[in-house]
Amino acid sequence: MSAVTQADQAAAGRAPGGLAARQGLGDRSFQWLALGCGLLVLVILVLIAVTTTQQASSWFTTEGWGIFGTVWDTAANKFGATPFIYGTAVTGVIALVMAVPVSIGIALLLTEVVPYRVARPIVYVVDLLAVVPSVVWGLWGILVFAPWIQHIYAHIASAVTGVPVLGFFFGQPTSGASFFTAGIILAFMITPIVTSLSREVIATVPTVDREGAYALGATRWEMIRGVVWPHSQGGVVGAVLLGLGRAVGETIAAALVIGSSPVISSRLFSTGYNMPAVIANQFGEASGVFRSALIGLGVLLFAFTIIINVVARAIVNRSARRKRGA
Amino acid sequence: MAVVTEAGQADLREPAGWRRTKNRIATVFMVISFVVVIIPLGFVLYTVIAKGASAISWSFLTSPIPVNVAPANVGGIGPAVLGTIEITALATVIAVPLGVLGAIYLNEYGGNNLLARFIGFMADVMTGVPSIVMGLFIFSIFVLHFGFSGLAGALALGCLMLPVVIRSTDEMLKLVPNSLREGSYALGASKARVTLTVVLPAAIGGIVSGALLAVARAAGETAPLLFTILTVTTANTNVFSGPNTSLPSQIFANATSPYTGAQARGWGAALTLIAIAFILMIAARFVTARFARYQR
Repeated sequence: MSAVTQADQAAAGRAPGGLAARQGLGDRSFQWLALGCGLLVLVILVLIAVTTTQQASSWFTTEGWGIFGTVWDTAANKFGATPFIYGTAVTGVIALVMAVPVSIGIALLLTEVVPYRVARPIVYVVDLLAVVPSVVWGLWGILVFAPWIQHIYAHIASAVTGVPVLGFFFGQPTSGASFFTAGIILAFMITPIVTSLSREVIATVPTVDREGAYALGATRWEMIRGVVWPHSQGGVVGAVLLGLGRAVGETIAAALVIGSSPVISSRLFSTGYNMPAVIANQFGEASGVFRSALIGLGVLLFAFTIIINVVARAIVNRSARRKRGA
Repeated sequence: MAVVTEAGQADLREPAGWRRTKNRIATVFMVISFVVVIIPLGFVLYTVIAKGASAISWSFLTSPIPVNVAPANVGGIGPAVLGTIEITALATVIAVPLGVLGAIYLNEYGGNNLLARFIGFMADVMTGVPSIVMGLFIFSIFVLHFGFSGLAGALALGCLMLPVVIRSTDEMLKLVPNSLREGSYALGASKARVTLTVVLPAAIGGIVSGALLAVARAAGETAPLLFTILTVTTANTNVFSGPNTSLPSQIFANATSPYTGAQARGWGAALTLIAIAFILMIAARFVTARFARYQR
């Protein structure tokens, strides 16, 4: 298609005087306008990096490598980011561990098991998860879910106390608002995107390959293991990375249910903090280096999500291109 | 791999024993993963509707937000409804035209060249930028110089919507058959004219529906508004200056309140917000069904 339009452009360029003159100014300025709007994406991304880094510079200069310190004490002017980086990693991993198997399961259900007319309503329902705003997940999480699940945490914690590894992760103290609660809520929120991207990738597996496996007498599961999985592995990894990018940047739900205490603790059922949550909760009362440190956390978050997204999109695009060529 | 069976009674369609069991287990796992998703979704929607429905009434949607501690039946969320409408509408007015023009560049002018592919790729990446970073960005570049305002909030939401609109419009423009473009060129129309009077109208259903979905997403965002509109309790009809408020920000404020009255208003606001998102989503579906000429 693009070849045709470019040919058109070339033809217009070669057209005799009268025609070319008629296509002059309006046409040209519309093209520049459209190009400007396209470039806006790049301009905004660069501006985000530049302006936020500028605002965060006093944190970077006063703390130096201390930005990765382990103590966040606003009264003592100690602004170490490690507790939040740790919390972000922990909640992100919990969210992925729960969301990925479920998402891939649903994606396989949609592509391999159910017929199209059943798949459509399932897609709608999964997409509804994405329609529920973050703040509503947070409201439900803190007022309904956390009070309910804290009893379960307490039972598990008292059962595993003293057990070597389990006690280390799931022991006392427990709290309804915790790393784990935040991880669960984030898992709900990233399931739709991981599902829909995995489904797109899995749908690109050539039908002939599937039929070939069935013709050899494979069961559906054997077909999935032998044909679908090797073909879509890479793309699914990309989808999972995009889900991770969502999970680490998701703010308001985490801010409400993570418990808001900047500690580095192995206890998943106890209160913690992560990067977006601390920015949301403390920005209002911050000034000076404090505010600069919070914006600096935003810079770290931005850098991290950009890297994840570039890698993930490259993987997804490559796997999508490969199957289109096949 | 072939199943060895006794002659005569062989069931060629069903593999035997453990292979069949494994297959069953896998299928059951897939169904269970869907059920695991329905349960929390149903639970959330049920809670919001059950707790929100008792709060919602016309006066709830229009009354001022109580400043002091107040029981559930006093006051409402009028200023927040007003703020959400103002800010989301302004964000739409800013982001949709820019996004559509950007997509026109990608699809009509850029084609397959390096710059267009790079912009398309970065638009995808930009959809992954956390919303709170957009808030910090607008705070740094706008609020520090011009103060808090609905406009600042709209700019932050606009930054979130822009890549979404570009991507959805791009998809729709790709579906417009080339014969339409070629036919118009054959009649001597210029490229701008072809794009504006032939290509855009042909894709308008899909573009509007994509834009509505972007608006639905933006209307529920809280994080970009925290540092741009400075959540207040008073109504502000001037979206271009002065602090403002919105439904998501009010829910965020009420969720951390220990008072049952404030929590009840939070549930009411949550139901209002979800209702707005649903209406926009259904509208998008209607537009697609009714006006979209070319669908995927």
